Amino acid sequence: MTMPRRYFLKSGAIALATMGLSPSFLRRTVFAMELPAAAKGKVLICLFQRGAADALNIVVPFGDRWYRQLRPSIAIPEPLRGQGTAAALDLDGFFGLHPSLAPLKPLWDRGLLAPIHAVGSPSSTRSHFDAQDYMESGTPDVKSTADGWLNRYLATSGTCEANCAPTPFRAVAMTQQTPRMLEGAAPTVAMNSLEEFSVRGGGDQVTRLEALYRTGSADVVHGAGKDMFEAVKMLKSANPLQYQPQNGATYPRTPFGNHLRQIAQLIKSNVGLEVAFADVGGWDTHVNQGAVQGQLAQRLDDFASSIAALTADLGDRMEDVVILTMSEFGRMAKQNGNGGTDHGHAGAMFAIGGAVKGRKVYGRWPGLAPEQLYEGRDLALTTDFRTVFAEVTRAHLGATRLDAMFPGFTPTDRLGLLG
Amino acid sequence: MHRTDRRTQTIVLTVLLLAGCSRAAAPSLTSTPASAPADAAFRELTADQQVAQALSRLTFGARPGEAQRVRAMGVDQWIDLQLHPERIADPSAESFFAAYEVYHSTPAELDERHPRPQTVLNQLGKAGNRANRSAADSARLRELAQGQRRMISELQGGRVARALVSERELQEVMTDFWLNHFNVYLQKGPPEHYLLAQYENDVIRPNALGKFRTLLGAVAKSPAMLFYLDNWESQADSNRPRLNAQGRVAGNMTPQQAQRALERRLREGQPLPPGVTPQNVQQLVANQRRRGLNENYGRELLELHTLGVDGGYTQADVIAAARALTGWTIKRPPVGAFTFNPQMHDAGEKVLLGHTLRAGRGIEDGEEVLDIVARHPSTARYIATKLARRFVSDTPPGALVERAAATFTRTDGDIREVVRTIVTSPEFFARAAYRAKVKSPFEVVVSALRALGASPDTSPRTAALVALLGQPIYGHMAPNGWPETGDQWMNTGAILNRINFGIAVAANRVPGASALTWPGAEALRDAPLDQQVDGVVRALLGGEASPETRAILTSGENPFAQTARDTNVEPSAAMTPPPPPGLPGGTPPDPAAAAQRLLQRLPLLKGLPQIVGLAIGSPEFQRR
Repeated sequence: MTMPRRYFLKSGAIALATMGLSPSFLRRTVFAMELPAAAKGKVLICLFQRGAADALNIVVPFGDRWYRQLRPSIAIPEPLRGQGTAAALDLDGFFGLHPSLAPLKPLWDRGLLAPIHAVGSPSSTRSHFDAQDYMESGTPDVKSTADGWLNRYLATSGTCEANCAPTPFRAVAMTQQTPRMLEGAAPTVAMNSLEEFSVRGGGDQVTRLEALYRTGSADVVHGAGKDMFEAVKMLKSANPLQYQPQNGATYPRTPFGNHLRQIAQLIKSNVGLEVAFADVGGWDTHVNQGAVQGQLAQRLDDFASSIAALTADLGDRMEDVVILTMSEFGRMAKQNGNGGTDHGHAGAMFAIGGAVKGRKVYGRWPGLAPEQLYEGRDLALTTDFRTVFAEVTRAHLGATRLDAMFPGFTPTDRLGLLG
Repeated sequence: MHRTDRRTQTIVLTVLLLAGCSRAAAPSLTSTPASAPADAAFRELTADQQVAQALSRLTFGARPGEAQRVRAMGVDQWIDLQLHPERIADPSAESFFAAYEVYHSTPAELDERHPRPQTVLNQLGKAGNRANRSAADSARLRELAQGQRRMISELQGGRVARALVSERELQEVMTDFWLNHFNVYLQKGPPEHYLLAQYENDVIRPNALGKFRTLLGAVAKSPAMLFYLDNWESQADSNRPRLNAQGRVAGNMTPQQAQRALERRLREGQPLPPGVTPQNVQQLVANQRRRGLNENYGRELLELHTLGVDGGYTQADVIAAARALTGWTIKRPPVGAFTFNPQMHDAGEKVLLGHTLRAGRGIEDGEEVLDIVARHPSTARYIATKLARRFVSDTPPGALVERAAATFTRTDGDIREVVRTIVTSPEFFARAAYRAKVKSPFEVVVSALRALGASPDTSPRTAALVALLGQPIYGHMAPNGWPETGDQWMNTGAILNRINFGIAVAANRVPGASALTWPGAEALRDAPLDQQVDGVVRALLGGEASPETRAILTSGENPFAQTARDTNVEPSAAMTPPPPPGLPGGTPPDPAAAAQRLLQRLPLLKGLPQIVGLAIGSPEFQRR
C-alpha cells in the first residue's frame, strides 16, 4: 500500500520534528494518509457508571403500582403538577426521569434521547467485578475472554487501507488504565487528561527516550512506549486544547465533567477519534441513597450536567455522535434496611445523539409485581445488552463482524434505536 | 519417564555451565552459600541475577549497597531473615514515624482532635453560612481542614516513607500485598480516614507474614473493613429470630414489638434489660429501625478475600455468610472499636458451603464462617495464585501454585511458609521469571527513590506522584484492589507518566532524591561517560541493560565532567507547591490531575542527571 498517507493535512511541523528518527517512524508519519475517514465520520462515546446504578430511581417506573411499595422511603414521587423538581420528570406517563436528570430532559424533548429499560446481562451474577467484566468483554458468564467487545469491533472493522487511518487516537479512554472494554489487539490510548499528554523537557532528551522504546522488543512495555511517542507527536500537532466549550456549554468541574470536555476537544480536533470511553463511579448505593435528594441525586447531577454540556458543546456535530451509557447491573427492586439498595439484575441505559430515535423508552417492561421480579427480588431482564451494543455499532459505526464482537450471540429482537 | 530424565539432565547441565561461566567471568560471586538447599541446583539464574531477583521481588527495589550485602550474607540466608521481620531491628523506621500522629493515636483520639469541618458546620447551623460566619469560626474551619489534610498526608506519605526506610523489606511488600487484597478506600465516607492507620498498623502489618485465619479475623473485626463493606450496619432481616442482650434467642416478639416494649420501659422508669442504658437506648432503637441484611461484606469475603470468584460458592452461601456475620459491628460508631451486638444478629440456622450453623448462636457464627472459608481448598489455591503472581510472574507456573497451595493447607494457612515455598522455588529463580513483572506505579516511584538512596519525604508530594502515575494510595474505590498484571498497568498514558516521572526525579523535583548527590554519584560525577552509565545501570537497573538501552544511555553529547554548576537542573526549592489532597466525603477528587503540577515545566537535562532520567524512563526500569 503506497497511497500517500498523512495523519494531518498540515503535518509539516511533524515532519520537521521527526527528522532524525527511525526510518520506520518516518514511513508511518510523513507518508501518512489523508485525513482519516473516521474523523469525518461517526463517533461512539461509551460512558460506564461503575458500581451498579439504581435504574429504578433513574428511569423511574412511577406508573408501576408496585414501585412505591417496594421503596417506601426512597421512591421518587410521580410527576404531579405544582411539585416542581421534587418529583420524577414525566416522559410518557409511565416512566419519568430522576429530577437530577433535568439537564437531559431537553434532549428527550428534542427526540435525541432514548432510555432503554430492563436491559443488562443475562448472567445471574451480582458481583460488580464479574458483571463489569461481562459487560466489557461482551461475553456474559465467560471469564476467559481476553479482550473487550469494543476492541473487537476496532480489530474487525475493516482494514486501514480500506476505510480508516492508523491514527493512534481512533479509540481513546479518558481513564488512567485501559478499560476492559478496550483491551485487545487493536491499539487504543488511555489518558487521564490531554494537558499531561506530552514528554517533558524537549529536544535531545525526548529523542533519546523515544529511542529507548524503538529496539524491536515485542513486549508490552516496548509496545506501549512506541505507541505513546507516536501519539504524543500527533496530539501536539492537532492541539485539541485550543477548542474551548461552545454554545454556552458548562462542564461540571469534576473528573467526569473534565473527561467529557476533553472528549469533545478530541472530536473537534479531528484526530480520527471513532470510539471514546469514560467512566464514573459512586453508584454502589447500599446505604442512605436518598430519593429526590441525597447520594444518588448528587451522582446524577454530575452525570447529567456533564452529558448535557457535552451535547451542547458538540452542537451540530452530535449528528455524527452517539453517546451510550451503561452500568454493570441494576439494584434490588426493594430497598434494603439501610435506606439503600443491594445488588440487583437488569438496569437501564441511555442512547443519545442525532441519529437516535429518541422520545421513546425502549425495551419491554417486565413489571415489578412479586411474581414478575427476577429471583423474587430484582427487575427482570428483557433486553440483552449485546442487542444494544450490536445495534448501535452496526447502525452507527457500520460494524459488520457482530459474530466476532459477540461470539455465540444472535440478537433475537431489534429495538430500532437508530432507525 | 525417559523424557523427564533427559530434560532434568539438560537443565542440570545448563545450570552447571551457566554457573561455571559466571564464576569465570566474575570470581567475586563464589560467595553463594555452600549450604544452599537442593533446589538451588535447579536455579537458572546466575548468582548475581539471583540477588537481583530476590531484591526486586522481596523489597521495593535495591537500595545502594544492598546487592553486595545480600551477596555477602547469601541470598538464601537473606530470604530467611526477611521472612522473619521480628528478627530485624528497624530503628530508622521507628524514629522516622515517631512524629506521625496517625500512627500513635486511636481513631477516637483522631476524631476528637481533628473533627471534620462539616461536623462543626452542622453545629454552627445558620451561623456557619459563608456570609455570616465569624472570623474566629472561619479560622477554626480552616484549621480543621488543614488537620484533615495532614492526616491524609501522613497516611499516604507514610506508606511511601516506610517502603523507603524500613529494614523489614519483605514485611512491607507483604503489607502492600494484603492492603491490596483486603482493599479499603480512603474516600468511602467521613470516618474511613480516621480508621486507616489502625487498619494498616494493627490489623495488616503485624499479620502480613502470620496465619491467614488470624489476618482474616483481624480484618473482619476491623472498623475500617466493617465500615468500608457496610457490615457494621447489617442486621437480621425482620423475619429472622434474634438474640436478646443476654445472647439468648429473643421470644416471639416482633422487632417492632420489642422496640415498643423497650420504649415503654424507659418511659415508665422500669428496669432496663442488661446492656441497655438510658444513654444507648436511642441508638438501639435507631438500630431497630435501620434493620436489614446487607450482603456486601459477605459477598466480598467469599469472592475476593477467600475462595475467589470461581471458588465454588453460590448466592445462597453469600446470604448465609452475611447472616452469620450480622451483629459484627462498631461500638460507638463510626470511630469506636469492634463489638458484637447480639440484638442485630440473625440467630436462625444457616448453611454455608455445606456446613450447618445451628440456630441460637451469637458471635461464634461469624467465627465459624471465617474458619470454614479460611480452610477451604479454594482459598488455599486462590491465595497461592495471588502470591505467586505477585512474586513470580503474571502467569505463574501451575506446578508452583500447586505446591504453594499445598503448603497453605499443610501449615493451616501459614503465610510465611507459603511465601517461602514461592520465593525459594526453582520457578522463582528461573529465567522466565527474571524481570517478568511490570512495576506498579507505587513500585516505580519507590524503587527509583530507593535506588537513589532518597531520604523519606514528610510532605504529600511523593504520594501525589504515585497518584499521578495511576495508583492513589488508599484510593482504589472497588474492593478488588489494584491490578496485579502488567498488561493492565501498561498503556500509552501510563508509560508517558512514568517517563516524565523519571525526568522529574533527575531534575530534583522529587523531595529527598537527587540525581547528583545519590550514593555513588560523587564517584561518577567527573568520570568518563562509560563509567557513569555503568554506575547508573548498577544502581537503577540491577546491573543489566539491553545493548540498545546501554547504547542510548551512552549516546549523550557533552560526556565528561558534568558538575552541579553546568547542569540546568532546578533546585528542589523551585518545586511547585503541591495541591492539597482531596477531602473524603465530598466530590471525588482528581489526585492524578492535581499532582500533575509536580511535573510541569520539566527541564532539558544534561550529564549524569540525564542518564539517570533516561534510565528511570527506560523499558528495563518499568520491570522488576
